[in-house]
Formats: sequence, structure tokens, C-alpha cells
Amino acid sequence: MRISKYTVRHVAELARLEFKEEELEKFAEQLGNILEHIEELNELDTSNVEPTFHVLDLSTPLREDVVEPWLNADEALENAPQREEDFFAVPKVIED
Amino acid sequence: MELPFLTIREVSESIKKKEISPVEITQAILERIGEVDGKLNSYITVLADQAIQFAKEAEKLISSGTYIGPLHGVPIGLKDIFCMKGVRTTCGSKILENFISPYDATVTRKLKDAGAVIVGKNNMDEFAMGSSTENSYFGPTRNPWDLERVPGGSSGGSAAAVSASLCFGSIGTDTGGSIRQPATLCGLVGLKPTYGRVSRFGMIAFASSLDQGGPLTKTVEDTALMLNIIAGNDSRDSTSVNSPVPDYTSCLNDGIKGVKVGVPREYFIKGIDTEVEEAVKRAIALVEDLGGVVEEISLPHTKHAVSAYYLLAPSEASSNLARYDGVKYGFRVYDAENLRDMYFKTRAEGFGREVKRRIMIGTYALSSGYYDAYYLKAQRVRTLIKKDFEDAFKKVDVIMTPTSPEPAFKIGEKTDDPLKMYLSDIFTIPCNLAGLPGISIPCGFTSTGLPIGLQILGKPFDEETLLRVAHNYEIHTNWKEKRPPI
Amino acid sequence: MEYEAVIGLEVHAQLLTESKIFCSCSTKFGANPNSQVCPICLGMPGVLPVLNERALEYAIRAALATQCEILAKSRFARKNYFYPDLPKGYQISQYEEPLSTNGSLEVESNGLKKKIRIRRIHLEEDAGKLIHEHSQNLSHLDLNRTGVPLIEIVSEPDIASSEEAVSYLKKLRSILIYIGVCDGNMEEGSLRCDANVSLRPKGSQELGTKTEIKNVNSFKFVQKALEYEIRRQLSLLESGGKIVQETRLFDSTKGITFPMRSKEEAHDYRYFPDPDLLPVVADSKWVEDIRSSLPELPGARHKRFIEEYKIPAYDSEVLTASKEVADYFEDCLKYYDKPKTVSNWIMTEVLRELKGEGEGIKTFQITPEKLSELLKLIDDGTINGKIAKDVFNEMVSTNKRAGEVVAEKGVMQISDLSEIEEVISRIIERNPDEVSRYRAGQEKLIGFFVGEVMKATRGKANPKLVNEILKNKLSES
Repeated sequence: MRISKYTVRHVAELARLEFKEEELEKFAEQLGNILEHIEELNELDTSNVEPTFHVLDLSTPLREDVVEPWLNADEALENAPQREEDFFAVPKVIED
Repeated sequence: MELPFLTIREVSESIKKKEISPVEITQAILERIGEVDGKLNSYITVLADQAIQFAKEAEKLISSGTYIGPLHGVPIGLKDIFCMKGVRTTCGSKILENFISPYDATVTRKLKDAGAVIVGKNNMDEFAMGSSTENSYFGPTRNPWDLERVPGGSSGGSAAAVSASLCFGSIGTDTGGSIRQPATLCGLVGLKPTYGRVSRFGMIAFASSLDQGGPLTKTVEDTALMLNIIAGNDSRDSTSVNSPVPDYTSCLNDGIKGVKVGVPREYFIKGIDTEVEEAVKRAIALVEDLGGVVEEISLPHTKHAVSAYYLLAPSEASSNLARYDGVKYGFRVYDAENLRDMYFKTRAEGFGREVKRRIMIGTYALSSGYYDAYYLKAQRVRTLIKKDFEDAFKKVDVIMTPTSPEPAFKIGEKTDDPLKMYLSDIFTIPCNLAGLPGISIPCGFTSTGLPIGLQILGKPFDEETLLRVAHNYEIHTNWKEKRPPI
Repeated sequence: MEYEAVIGLEVHAQLLTESKIFCSCSTKFGANPNSQVCPICLGMPGVLPVLNERALEYAIRAALATQCEILAKSRFARKNYFYPDLPKGYQISQYEEPLSTNGSLEVESNGLKKKIRIRRIHLEEDAGKLIHEHSQNLSHLDLNRTGVPLIEIVSEPDIASSEEAVSYLKKLRSILIYIGVCDGNMEEGSLRCDANVSLRPKGSQELGTKTEIKNVNSFKFVQKALEYEIRRQLSLLESGGKIVQETRLFDSTKGITFPMRSKEEAHDYRYFPDPDLLPVVADSKWVEDIRSSLPELPGARHKRFIEEYKIPAYDSEVLTASKEVADYFEDCLKYYDKPKTVSNWIMTEVLRELKGEGEGIKTFQITPEKLSELLKLIDDGTINGKIAKDVFNEMVSTNKRAGEVVAEKGVMQISDLSEIEEVISRIIERNPDEVSRYRAGQEKLIGFFVGEVMKATRGKANPKLVNEILKNKLSES
């Protein structure tokens, strides 16, 4: 199954991944092969089958509404690639 | 020095009797790591000082009469996917190369509470994506049985370390076979517990509905000992189950007379290595001699499992890995024009090729217009696979199959063809999709001395039966006597 | 061609829980940056969400209070997009299986009651705050707000004008405050509104192209923004142009909407059920317990005030617009049993003091008890009505009780007949012209005389007695 470079670029954009032109070609090919293999799922008639979003047939547990402080600002920012005072700093966002 | 070659059971007996000290053992292990791991690369981070510290604390407690249990003072490895407070936790990736976790995973904390001496973080395929540990940013791990070959993946570091006696046991993770397949390729016991049995809190997520943490050890009893420690409900993990944890060692020695064993015809397909097939068949025959009742069963949707998995797992992964954006922690490309630029460059440079490939597949499968045909379709197929098992388990208690279609392959052999690599998971994937427990145990060697493994699958939360059957097989064989040449 | 406006509103309300929706960090507003965070809301590797029970309870309350159906089983879904204020790279929200659907609100429009349908109310988590103004080439990120629980309330496009939109918002806000799930503070961002606006030929059933106006943070601005946008779309359509589907922001100084510089093409959120959370089951017994514990809603309270206290509909409307004002009113009635008088005083003096809508009436120093005390002093003749207003103001500025102020200022009403007569005699003596004119028939001059008496007595004379005695004395020859 052929996947166009255009599609690959679009998906890369959604995933915030950058590729060089040659990489894009190789990716398109590999992705195409994988998706071609996956096409075999269409052999199966699943029109009356429910999806399994969770293997456990349970409901979500609930937590009591109690505050438990955990990290202070220094701990929170310890791994920050860039920090200014008590903020995480990022390159300027082009914003309105 | 023979100490590192003991089992957890053996070394803990000696520690309990105060015959040897945890510090002595830890030093022996660290020494051996120093000698051997240069060739294997099974550790990303060795926690030498901290390990001695843990060992000294253990020694103090034990000599004053406080013995916590079978892991007290025992050197253990941890796949570098489990967060450990104050320690670099990389997940095998450049994007977390210098990430110091501010918290302990629940599994980490349980091991610490049990008095285990965590000696280091084991190497792994980046973000647990791989079947060979060739996808690690920190270089591949080699198989102790043959340094030209892979140890399997993604818990290859854990498997190599245990196999080469660089720790007594390790906790790995399994999403599509990543504990069982490396266990097989390295001649070990590896258990993927039932989904929900072990807490995922602090276990860096790959595919949330499939991931489970579990032990890799030399013997079945050791695995039971470790499972006792790590299993249990966790209020921090909404998907962990509130079901009591039995003592998994207590019924190991009950016999297996009458245990019904299903052998699915779909797992004995053309293309399996003949030596693997023969070894597995002989193992099943031995189980029959020991009292098992063997019958052929069918799991008709088996061949669709790989496709379903390679849609579902990457889809969940593409979302789980969106947080690695250079904003709050981890690697960032500073030479960027603006935020957008930073995102693209950071992720392009921070992630390896396989990770990017899977993020792309997953993003595609979830994207507008494709969700129904891909993601939803795969989830429906998952239901069919799950039902296959439910039907089978009405007739049998356990299911036996080969773990891997072939023994350890050569490093570099499959790296050019991702699809080929994916197919090495063909036997392990179905049980992840169904959320069932599965164990791999050694059942022989190839003529060239490479380990072969037998996989046993069980009913949900029936690890006890799995372990009992595995243990009974093990004590009637002596595969574990053989050591890798390293 | 005549066009009609079609408006749908999406309201996000922060829930008044102590802790965040999926972790135990505090939700308090105004804390130091990044001081109310943990590995979970920071989106660190390996973390997992666990649902806050009270957030679910409050969401159910809101759904019940707006007549929604509660789904027995709902799911959380991931809404995937990249932005620094979204640490995980996805927002945990609800998509195909929301908590509740099919509700409604009644608003008054042109004197008639109109039902605005509510499509759905669902739970989701809030994002952090990105600040751009601190620096030239860096933006600053405070993640305290990530994970604060929100409910999103989506209306059907049943709203037909900017006034209706504001009525709907006011009503919705009032309900949410009444049931205690949100504090409705639009300036602090605990209540936010996005509007979808389109036009269509009058009577048509089809929808036109809509634009979305985001983040307007006051009723006044919502109204202005909608008015402008409707005008803008109208003039565009009338001149043969086409409406571009886009997101717009409101410039409150210029009073216009303008398109957001589009960051990228339309988002593909790639929604899928969140695998880290299991289905949300709203146990029917629990839902019934919540329903029976709901406080009286504004609509019901409005009706009851009219019936029980016999006050006019207008008064009731003003009093029940805010739960706290309605509570204050009923608390006064515990001490003093003239509802209309209390209502008058609240609507005039009290609300004036509190600048309009009664913000802060709960902590107002003139408590219901103190107000009642003042009102009793009027009733028993100690002071007159006009003086009472001065006493009230004095009570506000000095925080003293009514009795104290009256005594200090010596403003007790003069009801001594001889004293009043004496003053009146003097006034009559001093103003012979006016007296003649009054007696000649200019009866309106009574006001002048009353005024003079009040001046002479510094307002303290009992007005009723003054009027009586004046009339008598003036009609004597």
C-alpha cells in the first residue's frame, strides 16, 4: 500500500516530528508496508463486535477530595530545560 | 566467586541465617558488573554507592533481628522504565537522558520497602518499543549466551543482567512480549502478570491498556518471590485491581495431576525454527508425563493479533509520548526560532527511529477519517481474540506454546525491516491483548547452545496455576544448571 | 432579505473542589507560580490520573439542576494537541460518552419565557497559564491551574440575540452558584464563555457558517461582542460576501471582534477513550441522594418568595438573583417580620452599598440582625425613615449598631407634641407670605413648611405628626 509523502508530512506535522527529505521517503515506504500488512484485518467481519477499550470490566475508582501537597516550586522546576524565577520558560509563542 | 550465581531463594536463605552479609553480596555483584558489563551493556546506570548504602542498611536491620523477607539485602535490577526518586530514569531514550525523577514508582517503592538492594537501572529498547534492545539510545545489550546476538527486547538489559548473574532478579515490563521474549532468548523465567495485577504508577507508559510490570529470574520460585512483593492494588493506578495477593510460593509444590493443558494449533505454524518446535513439543510431552491432560485447541483469531497490536499499541503510545516536548523536563533543542520550531527539533532529535515510526503509525491510526477503520477496528478484533481465550479456558486450565518462533538472532539482522522485527512477537502479543498472565520458562537449547523457551498462558488472576505448572516442569529438568559462557 | 442570529454558548465552569480532578494538589486561586503542582498534573513520565469523587458529584449536581439526563456509564477521552499549557500533550475530557445530555434552562426574552436546550455537560481538566508579557522572547508557564476540575456546558444553538445570551449566562451562573459547585467569578476565570454565532435567513431551518468568539470574560463584553459580530456578519452577507469559519477574539477597548492569527490548520484532536481511566459509573442511588440534597433552585425560590412573602415579582427577581442575597433576606425575616420593608431596604440601601449585585453580602458588616434592629427603631418611632438612612450610612462607616448611632448623634425622633407645635408656630410666624398663599389655596406649599420644620429640627421631627399639626395650624385663621 502506497502512502504519499504528502500524507506522511501531514501526520508528521500532527505529531510534531521533523524529517529530512530522504527520511521522509524511507518512512513512507516502511509505513506503507506496515499498513499493508495491517489491511488483513479487513478480512474480519466485526460489525457486531464491541470494542475492548479496557480488558477489566470495572468502573473507575474515586478519590476523596483532600489536598495533599507534594512538590514545591524548586522540586517542580528541577528538571526544567529553562527556568526563570518560578516559571518554566519556553520560546515565545506567536500569540494574539 | 560463586555468590552471584545463586538464586534469590538460595542467597536469601544465607542472608537470613546471617551466613553472608548483604554488603558482601552487593560488592560481589558490583565487582562482577565491573568485569563483565562492558561487554554486555545491560545497565544504563549502576547505582554503586547507593547500592552499598542499601546493603549496609539491610545488614544493620538484619543483624539486629529485623528480617523483612526474601528480598531483604538481595541485589536486584530495575528496567530503566521505572521511576526512581533522585535517580536518572531514561527509558532508554535521549529525550530523558538526564531526567532525575522526583518520585518512586510504586514497584520501586515496594522493592525498597522489601529491603531489596537496587544495584542499577537496566538497559531497554527506547520507550519499550522493540524486540531486541537494539533501539536503546545507550547502545545495544548483548546476549550473554552469544555476544553477537540480541538478548531480546524490550527488557533485554534486565534479561542479560540476570542471565549473566549481574543481579539476582530484575523487574521488566511487557506490552507485547517484552518480558517473555527476552527471558526466552536468555534462558530465564519471565512472567507477565494479569493486566491490573501490578501497579503501573511510575512505570513510564508505552501502551497503557497493554503494559504490565513483572519479574525476570533464574527460577520459577524466584519469580513467585518477586511477584509476592510487586503485586497488589494501588490507589494511584485506576487500572490496578482490588484483588487480594496470595502467597505465590505456597502451592508451587502441589502437583499438576489433572491440569488441563491446551495446545493451540495456530501457534505451531510453518516458519518456526525446527529445534524450537521440537524442544517445545518435548516439554509439553513431559508435562503430560507429570499428569497434565493435553488436548489440541483452537484460537482462531491468532493470526490477526500482530496487526491489531501494531495499531493499538502505537496509537496509545503516540498520545503517551506527546508529553516529551522539551517544555517541562528532558531534552530540549535550544537553538530554535520559536516554540513550534522547538517542538519539532526537540522531538526529531530526542526520539530514535523506531519510536518515531510508531508515533507516526499511531497518529495516523487515530487521525480524522481513519479512527474507525484502524483504531476502532483493532479494538473490535481485540474483543474477538479475548473471546477466543475465554472460550478455550472453559475447557482448559493453561495453554502452552513456544514463546518465540526462533532463538536469539544476530545483532543487526532485523533492524532494516521493522515488519520482520514485529513478527518475532507473534506468540506473545495475543495474551497482552486479552490481559492474561503469561510466563516463559527455559525448555532446552539449540544445537549451537542458544536457549529455547516454553510459554504458558493462564486465566485472569490465576498466576498460581501458571507458577505451579512451570515449577513442576522446572524441577523435573535441569536447564537452569547451564550457565552462559560469560 | 431578513436575517436572524443563531447563537450557541459553551461555558466552562471551575468546580469548587479542594483538590484537582486527577491529583491531590490544591485548587486555590492566586498561589505563587508552580507551587500547587505534583508529578501527576505536571505530566511527568509514568504518572496516572485518579478521579476526584467530589468533582463527579458536583458535575452531577450541575446536570440535575439543569434537567439533564445522567448517563449511567460515561467515559473519559483524550483530546490530543500540543501547547505548553497542556503538560501531557492531551487534555483528559469527555467525547462520545459524556456524563450528561439533554437538559435545558428557561430565560426571559421580550417578556416571554423561552427554553434554551443544553446539549451536554461533561467533565474535563483545566490547562495551565502561559504568560507572554514578562519578556521579549520567552513565554512563562505557570502550571498551578492544570488539572483544576471543569465542567463544560454546551447549549444548543437556540439563542437568538445578544440579550438572550446574557440572560442565559446570568441564569446559568446563578444556578451554578446556588448549588455550590462554582463561584462564578468571571474575572478570575472560574467561569468562561465561548460563543458560536451565525446568521441565516429568517425562518430558515439550515444553519449558516459560524464563527467562534473565545474567552469573553464578562456579561457586558459578551453582549457587546455578540452585537458587533452579528452586525459584522450581517453587513458582510448583505454586501454579497461569505462568512469565513474562524475563531475570533474580542477587543474590549475598540469594541470589535478580530480573527485570531491562525496558529495552524483546524485541529485534529484524535479523540480516543483514555486507557488510564475506567468507565465512570454514576450509581443511581447516589444520583438520587444528590438530587434530594440539591438546594432550592433560583426559579423555585423566586416563586416561593412571591407566594410566601407576598412581595412583588420584581422584588423577588432582584432578591433571588443571588443566592446570598436571598439568604440575607430570609435571615432578616427571622428577626423582623415585614418582608416588603426588608425587601425595599435591601434593594435600595444594601445593594447600593455593595455596588449592585450583592457581591460580598455574606461578609457585609450590616448583618441581617443589625439591619432588623434598625428597622425596628423606625417602627417604634424612635427615628423616622429619612434619618434611618443616615443612621444606616453611619453604621456602615463606623461599624456601630443602630441604637448606638442614634444615641450618639442624638437623632431620635421628636414626637413631643408641644415641642413640634412650638417649632411650627415659629415657622408660621416667620413666613407670613407663604401662609397667606397657602390659605389662599396653594396647598402644595405644605411641602415648604414641612421642609422648614425639618430643617429647624435637623430632620428629627416625626413627619406624620408634623403634617397633621401643620395642617391644623395653617387652617386656623
